[in-house]
Amino acid sequence: MAITLEQTIAHKQNSRLTQILNSQTFWVLVAIIAACIFLSFATNAFATKANLFNITRNVTFVAIIALGMTLVIITGGIDLSVGSVLCLCSMVLAVVMHAGYGIEVGILASLGTAVIVGAFNGLLIAYLGFPPFVVTLGMLSIARSLAMVASNNTVVFEFGPDHDLLLSVGGGAWFFGIANPVLYMVVLALITGFVLRWTRFGRYVFAIGGNEHAATLTGVPVKQIKVAVYIISALSAGVAGIIQTGWLGAVTTNIGAGMELQVIAAAVIGGANLAGGIGTAFGALVGSALIEVIRNSLGLLGINAFWQGTFIGGAIILAVLFDRIRTFRRE
Amino acid sequence: MAVLELTNVSKHFGAIHAVSNVSFSLNAGEVVGLMGDNGAGKSTLVKMIAGNFRPSEGTLRMDGAELVMHKPVDARRHGIEIVHQDLALCNNLTAAANVFLGRELRKGVGPFSILDYASMYRRAGEIFKELKSETRPRDLVNKMSGGQRQAVAIARTMLSEAKIVLMDEPTAAISVRQVAEVLNLIRQLREKGIAVVLISHRMPDVFTVADRVIVMRRGRKVADKKIASSSPEEVTGLITGAIEQAA
Repeated sequence: MAITLEQTIAHKQNSRLTQILNSQTFWVLVAIIAACIFLSFATNAFATKANLFNITRNVTFVAIIALGMTLVIITGGIDLSVGSVLCLCSMVLAVVMHAGYGIEVGILASLGTAVIVGAFNGLLIAYLGFPPFVVTLGMLSIARSLAMVASNNTVVFEFGPDHDLLLSVGGGAWFFGIANPVLYMVVLALITGFVLRWTRFGRYVFAIGGNEHAATLTGVPVKQIKVAVYIISALSAGVAGIIQTGWLGAVTTNIGAGMELQVIAAAVIGGANLAGGIGTAFGALVGSALIEVIRNSLGLLGINAFWQGTFIGGAIILAVLFDRIRTFRRE
Repeated sequence: MAVLELTNVSKHFGAIHAVSNVSFSLNAGEVVGLMGDNGAGKSTLVKMIAGNFRPSEGTLRMDGAELVMHKPVDARRHGIEIVHQDLALCNNLTAAANVFLGRELRKGVGPFSILDYASMYRRAGEIFKELKSETRPRDLVNKMSGGQRQAVAIARTMLSEAKIVLMDEPTAAISVRQVAEVLNLIRQLREKGIAVVLISHRMPDVFTVADRVIVMRRGRKVADKKIASSSPEEVTGLITGAIEQAA
């Protein structure tokens, strides 16, 4: 029997399974699981409650920012300022609370700072056509310097009347013994994943990364979306900063230094494409998890910590290598 | 009555007269080939109809009423759709996502509305069927042939009740077999009563599918006649200037 046009049109080219097998995120996840199984047998310290609690919590700070970064990367941009923005937002929170204001005021001030920074980045990039690399590189310097100005480069470790509440928000485990930061991460990841897949905003983020010119021609509000994306990125850094402040119980002006590279690495390992148009929220988590598992395992296996950078760098290159191989095969 | 009527339309950019004193009308279900050499004023003319430029002089009338457009979205609202030369497709999205780009169907209320994937896939599938194109709504555009990509770009114009479809060099960069596909798509549009303006350098395409040909040279309209009463030789002469003005 001949195949009708209708059957052809209704045909799905890729089944769910082939889609999963083709995704970088899936294979990174496999690598993580394999590493975890290996480590459980190779060391006694890995599969302990304390270590798993540590790993899951350490993942969160990078992962939360990687969620915001993934949006930026999908639009084809980059945000190098996130580490410094984390520092600035932490410091604003710390200084405001130290001055005797409550935690609500502190968090509002902190997130307000993030919105201003993100809007500044976004407006310059979207409306004045600055390259994202340059604007956010400038902001990397500015934000950290402002954090030093705000605190006079001191360590803040007293957070006024709501001191204990802040430490509990960041350092507690309110729900079945799961570290609070992990809960925030999961909730934020679910929201990000939902927005990317089910909202018009998410669709436009992908469209801009796929073909910005086409998005403009078809009436997508490209500039507004870009500004929003950089605001979200800065906000994710701010949220991570607030949580990290509560967890650490102190803020110095060098927290988050170099974090932007870890965050970008996490997003890329998780499958986000720096050329734009591709990336997932789940990938951001998986990429962050791989980095943390590498760091943790090197310590447990007794390998000199100086090797960390080599392994994480190798993971970045390896992850992208698989993507290249798939592309070559297609061509 | 004409769907669109241009009366003495001119466009100047400073001292440059890109389009001078052009008048013509478009009728429903008519395919008009718009030809001319590079710099003859074709794209300026089309950009005025698509709402990118406002004419310096002259008027556009749609169904008898004057038409003033400030941006491309206005043109779309009036039922004027354009298929861009580069097709304006996002390779990382599915065919359906591209068809609905900027006009996504949603369900739910207000800020809680979510993309209605099922309806978009169904509607895109219906349009491809209407276009008789073997294009699957769920496929990514980067895996498609040139003809399928054209179908996706053309399907966009059929989302709303388009009256006029402007096609900018739709056959410039595709294979012979795909050219035939695209010409068929144009015929499908004509059968639906849509006026099609086909901007093309390719003489055979215009003479295969168009009902009428308009030739531009140096910003002026030098010919506007039925395909049946013209010939490729005459049009070539008009484009190059060997023939000053059509008889």
